[in-house]
Amino acid sequence: MKARAKPLVAILDYGIGNLHSAQKGFEHAGADARLTADRGLIKAADGVVLPGVGAFAPCMAALGRTGLDAAARDVVASGRPFMGICVGMQVLFAGSDEAPGTPGLGVFDRDVRWIPGPVKLPQMQWNVLDRRLDHPMLAGLDDPVWAYFVHSLAPETGDGTDVVATCDYGGPVVAAVARDNVWAAQFHPEKSSRVGLRILANFVAAAAEAE
Amino acid sequence: MQVARVIPCLDVDAGRVVKGVNFVDIRDAGDPVELAARYDAEGADELVFLDITASSDRRDTTVAMARAVADEVFIPFTIGGGIRTLDDARRLLRAGADKVSVNTAAVRRPELVREISLEFGAQCCVVAVDARSSTEAPSGYEVFTHGGRTRTGIDCLEWVGEAERLGAGEILLTSMDRDGTRKGFELNLTSKVSESVSVPVIASGGVGTLDHLVEGVVEGKADAVLAASIFHYGEHTIAEAKTRMAAAGITVRPA
Repeated sequence: MKARAKPLVAILDYGIGNLHSAQKGFEHAGADARLTADRGLIKAADGVVLPGVGAFAPCMAALGRTGLDAAARDVVASGRPFMGICVGMQVLFAGSDEAPGTPGLGVFDRDVRWIPGPVKLPQMQWNVLDRRLDHPMLAGLDDPVWAYFVHSLAPETGDGTDVVATCDYGGPVVAAVARDNVWAAQFHPEKSSRVGLRILANFVAAAAEAE
Repeated sequence: MQVARVIPCLDVDAGRVVKGVNFVDIRDAGDPVELAARYDAEGADELVFLDITASSDRRDTTVAMARAVADEVFIPFTIGGGIRTLDDARRLLRAGADKVSVNTAAVRRPELVREISLEFGAQCCVVAVDARSSTEAPSGYEVFTHGGRTRTGIDCLEWVGEAERLGAGEILLTSMDRDGTRKGFELNLTSKVSESVSVPVIASGGVGTLDHLVEGVVEGKADAVLAASIFHYGEHTIAEAKTRMAAAGITVRPA
């Protein structure tokens, strides 16, 4: 643990959507949480969060415009704790059915697909996380873990080795992935009440330890 | 797994909750933040704030309220009422509301739905539809605006279909025939709308008992049920509602 009282969590602000709840959520979870596009602050942060709402292509375009795509890749490569949320998770993948021809950041080498029917889309509800890996993201939470989802697409399962949790929505749907320093949640921890705040706190704890 | 949502609705006027919410040991029954936090703790899945502020120059209070709620409460919330323009929606969403619901302004200018949906995503854009039974409408239900006072001549099923095509992410359906009656949801209307759109439908209007919530999901096929008075006046807790729904075989997030 470093001397700094609260871990610095940089929430990448690239002009997409409402980041207010994410910032307040991380503050409640014990972080010094900043909405920022500042390279220096991002480099200095103990943990970095990539939020995202709406659609894949506008998010990638905005990341490109602000240069935060490169900044995000640098953080991923640096080994510092990094967390993608919702579309901020989806853009970590290679591409998406929603935007054929628009490359994602490619941190995970597979695609994001429409959730197969005949379920209603978007999935706009609370759902149970079915754990696939024992991972610090879900530490301290008793099953069943309920989280709030709003999405119509989800990442492919791949070989499953990075899938932390799925939820059941007409079949298993990838709900959280993690590899090394990268965590990602399809659901909204900042909208998932006490459960979500614990997940954010787990990330803040990882950020505190990572230094 | 389809999980039905239970959504208390709070009326707000100039940033204060009105029509009193009657929790025991509440410090300030008009404070939207305190009430929202209380409903979160009780297990509400989402909240809807219906802004009934009459004068538009006091709408800033609603934006401030959205921010204050978002600072402290970590479940999704929708703000509806009086949203006329994309800029109105933008201010509320930037302040921290997860969704906005549009009603009269969307009927008057349907492009508003597309504009909100394109800028913020369909998930932010709720279209609130107030319907009344009408022998002149092909579906038997006509859309009303201005809080249910004004006929539009528009068929309810036609309108929800158009709203979905324009980018609505959710339909908040209120039966004006049942609103305030405590006789239960208008189940025929609710099921017709639920079956005609592929986006989620919130049933609203008429809840007087816990069994009405069950009916809204089982017979009305709604994805979520909204109620006000049965929760606000301490008749029932969210936990009681969910227990009753679960006992009827509906999957809910336990309170």
